[in-house]
Amino acid sequence: MIYLDNAATTLQKPQAVYDAVYDAMKTLGNSGRGFSGAALGASRMIYEARRTLCDFFGGSDPSRLVFTSNATEALNMAIQGMFLPGDHVITTQLEHNSVLRPLYAMQKKGVELTIAASGQNGTADFDAIEAAIRANTKAIVCTHASNLTGNLTDMPRMGELARRHGLFLIVDASQTAGVIPIDVKQMHINVLCFTGHKSLFGPQGTGGLYIGEGAEIKPLKSGGTGVHSFLKTQPEELPEHLEAGTLNGHGIAGLLAGVQEIQKITAEEIWKKERNLMECFVAKIKQIPNVKIYGDFSDKNRCPIVSLNIAGVDSSQVSEWLLEEYEIAVRSGAHCAPLMHQYFGTQKQGMVRFSFSYYNTEKEALTAAEAIREIAEEVEA
Amino acid sequence: MRKKTKQLVITFSTTTAAMAMEKRAQEMGIFGRLIPLPSEISAGCGLSWKTKLEEKEKMLVFLEEEKLKWEAMYELELY
Repeated sequence: MIYLDNAATTLQKPQAVYDAVYDAMKTLGNSGRGFSGAALGASRMIYEARRTLCDFFGGSDPSRLVFTSNATEALNMAIQGMFLPGDHVITTQLEHNSVLRPLYAMQKKGVELTIAASGQNGTADFDAIEAAIRANTKAIVCTHASNLTGNLTDMPRMGELARRHGLFLIVDASQTAGVIPIDVKQMHINVLCFTGHKSLFGPQGTGGLYIGEGAEIKPLKSGGTGVHSFLKTQPEELPEHLEAGTLNGHGIAGLLAGVQEIQKITAEEIWKKERNLMECFVAKIKQIPNVKIYGDFSDKNRCPIVSLNIAGVDSSQVSEWLLEEYEIAVRSGAHCAPLMHQYFGTQKQGMVRFSFSYYNTEKEALTAAEAIREIAEEVEA
Repeated sequence: MRKKTKQLVITFSTTTAAMAMEKRAQEMGIFGRLIPLPSEISAGCGLSWKTKLEEKEKMLVFLEEEKLKWEAMYELELY
């Protein structure tokens, strides 16, 4: 099988990740619960993962790196834990449901919401975002890259805009963490939400947030922390403030190994290779009649994601042919990004999404392009 | 040129229901397979079960007897 659904989850991970999870399951106890070698081993490894991820994202305090089970949990913690009724929040049309649904839920609780319409080719429109700012605006919540088009949001510019207006900037880095460089200080990001199982090469069930100084999040969960056991409330100190219950130590061990592997290869090298695969694919398909590619390709700085349709054929049908006849795994349908589909008018047809990883090859990209060419010739315009 | 033919599609409201159906169908040797939900039925995502139109009666009995959770049944022109 040629796996080109890496925007959903990277299937192939570095060998070191598999080994780390296996070793962790055989040797690690529960972090923060006891002082046996096994328990301390878990605490040491988790601290190392905190420190490594904090550095990786340009943070300054590892205790402000909080682990969650995925980006959705991280986004829910930030969105549900930072706003009060009467606050106004701005988001964009590029967002995934992991941002939109928690915001809609907050809207029901009295938080005001503006969804800034996209500009050309579905990219973020900074004028629309700035025009939406009101006296009670508290934050901008936005994705670093669309999971549908792969287009990046210019984060230094967004950060500067938020800083200038005294707003918090909460970023969904699901598609970018591990492949596109992120520096929370340089980008003025107050809360960075990431997942472990995509470009960071970790196992599913890992993710987290980096919370900059000055941003405070009310906990979504309360429970055991291994410290301050007689307190009736969740301890105020980070990361325990937001980490009730046993952490996914085994998963975090894999995530740490994934990030260390990225540091070894270098993020620049990963991005270069993924971009090359994407460009290879696009160069072969962009001239095919019947094929429509969505999003902006004028800027080379983008995620390795290409979404397309063939004539008016249902995207699900195309993905079925790709799998059944060519053994190529992609994703079809709506991709949990309803507003982007509204922008492109593809609510019904959906899109066929190809997303590349460092472990894909040029040959796989070219095979996928050839499959698209063949299918496009076999359907009516 | 690829041609469309009328086929039977069964939908589910959750992925769990689709998994339960597939498991029992495989155990019982029921014909068909999971496909992405066709957009003719609903926009969005999800899985559905595609089989031959002539399997309809057999499918209804199977779903009933196995007490499987399913949403709806469609006869659709599909490739």
